[in-house]
Amino acid sequence: MITVPAGILAVAPVLIPLGGAALTVLARRRQPLQRGIMEVAVVAQLVASVLLLVTVASGGVAVVTLGGWGSPFGISFVADRLGALLCVTASVIAVAVALFARADIRRRRRKAGFDALFLAMLAAVNGAFLTGDIFNLYVWFELMLVCAVGLITLDRRRAQLDGAFRYTSMSMMGATFMLIGIGLLYGEAGTLDMAHLSQVMSGRPPSIALSASAFLLLSGFVLKAGLFPLFFWLPASYHTAPISVAAALAGLLTKVAFYACLRVFVLVFGVAGTMSPVNGMAPALAILAAGTMVVAVFAAIAQTDVRRLLAFHVMCQVAYLVLALALLSMLGIAAAVFYMVHTMLVQAGLFLGAGAIARANRGYDMRRAGGLMSDRPLFAGVFALLAFSISGIPPLSGFWSKFLVIDAAFRHGSTTGAVLAVIAIVVSFLTLYSMSKLWTQAFWKTPVRKGHAAKPIPATMVWSVAILAVSSLAIGLVPDALLSYSREAAVQLVPAAVAESLP
Amino acid sequence: MTVVYALLGAGLFGCGVFMLLSRNMVRMLLGLSLLTTSVNVMIFQTGRFRSQLPPIIPEGSEQLVNSADPVPQALILTAIVIGFALTVILMALALRVHGSHESVVTSEVRSAESLGDPILPEKTT
Repeated sequence: MITVPAGILAVAPVLIPLGGAALTVLARRRQPLQRGIMEVAVVAQLVASVLLLVTVASGGVAVVTLGGWGSPFGISFVADRLGALLCVTASVIAVAVALFARADIRRRRRKAGFDALFLAMLAAVNGAFLTGDIFNLYVWFELMLVCAVGLITLDRRRAQLDGAFRYTSMSMMGATFMLIGIGLLYGEAGTLDMAHLSQVMSGRPPSIALSASAFLLLSGFVLKAGLFPLFFWLPASYHTAPISVAAALAGLLTKVAFYACLRVFVLVFGVAGTMSPVNGMAPALAILAAGTMVVAVFAAIAQTDVRRLLAFHVMCQVAYLVLALALLSMLGIAAAVFYMVHTMLVQAGLFLGAGAIARANRGYDMRRAGGLMSDRPLFAGVFALLAFSISGIPPLSGFWSKFLVIDAAFRHGSTTGAVLAVIAIVVSFLTLYSMSKLWTQAFWKTPVRKGHAAKPIPATMVWSVAILAVSSLAIGLVPDALLSYSREAAVQLVPAAVAESLP
Repeated sequence: MTVVYALLGAGLFGCGVFMLLSRNMVRMLLGLSLLTTSVNVMIFQTGRFRSQLPPIIPEGSEQLVNSADPVPQALILTAIVIGFALTVILMALALRVHGSHESVVTSEVRSAESLGDPILPEKTT
């Protein structure tokens, strides 16, 4: 086997899609070529991410400092277990979306720049997962935002322009909060390298500047992740995008914001330990998680449009992640890592499935849909796996994820932990109700309009949904591998000084 | 000096937030660009006002003595570029919204929220 230096592998998941994006721009007049470049880049990115995962799992953290400046001064790329795992997950989603796009993204949308924007967004997502510098993280967030805006407005419809304006203005606001937080952090600690920050931060006395910085960063991440008081942009913009784009956004973007939470609060501020300079993070996260869950699931139940229903479930699932983080225990962090992989795959799969439902039923309105179970049984089976997975039915990945989060909450041994666990269980049942509503409406019920049999669903669409559904099933059947990996990722993420004081 | 800069940053931020609360999209985007400016002023202060010397090690010596902190300046340059790019994108969106909705007031531009809403009537073309 050819061995690639770990340093090159650590930047490959960013460089491959970025280079691909440049090439697709050059090839914009020749559409088959453009699509070919995009698909090759996406597959190459998957291969590079898997190689990176293998390297990191066996050989430890891969670090590259660009320009040759040493660690606290230069900007470094750090691929640890968490970053590599999320890169692989993002790449799997990218492959599924690229496959789905063959049937969904037609001439006009490709001409409007789907391929280049999609690849650049993937580069930004991987960049955020792999960067070791907190300011660089902000830059990747902004690149993600720019690409996402371009992707949402691909058709230049009225609703898309309106949704994109809401999305951009709120995200800019969030980025502003993040930037102030980063500025304050630099003013207090004098460094931007996250590993170095973590060392500087441990054992510092609490100060106003550090608390302000932490909570400003939190509000920026909360806004970008679509959590409770600041989520209104999400259900107002995601459903307007072309469905392949919505799937990529739902699978990737809000989770990157949660990843940033995990990285910044656990690693940099060390909030899990007793020596952290920031107090009050756990109750804030717990309130955000519980509020988001309850609001999002009830809002989802009220929806009749498949895309809107799923957009609310995106928020609800991110809330489970935040709940796991709010416990601030090793079990909770490991559960969050496991849950993230599951929810990225399943969320993207459900949106792609919604696209296929709309193709068969000529629209996203559930009330006018129906009959897919008898007309398209194969697709119905694939979609059922995803719907069961998000509701937490064994033996799918959703069951283990929810089990781990709720188990960690009960083992926390506090009243807060128990209350959060109970809320999580109730919300799981409501999720199941919401999903069974979608199922009965779109698949089970006889079609409302007589003589309108379901249209055929292109094979590429079914396959792309199947990729994600089967990976969820595979994780569910063999949870041990991912579980032990995410435990080790959590151990690697938590600073050593903090880890000693944790249960 | 620090106090003056802090007041300047706070004042700009306050103006930005006030304008962002408006329903007019053009005011909103002007408010956002004020916000990004005020953040730059704040980041500038994190380098402290100690020195005006450039961070270049003089010939013959090994250490950098008493110079200005270059990192916040580099951060600000990056933040200016990003803020400018996003403001331009937002401006282009506002222009397109004006073209398609013939209004830039957010209470009249509701096509995204009414799309697929269970209660509001759908008015998309």
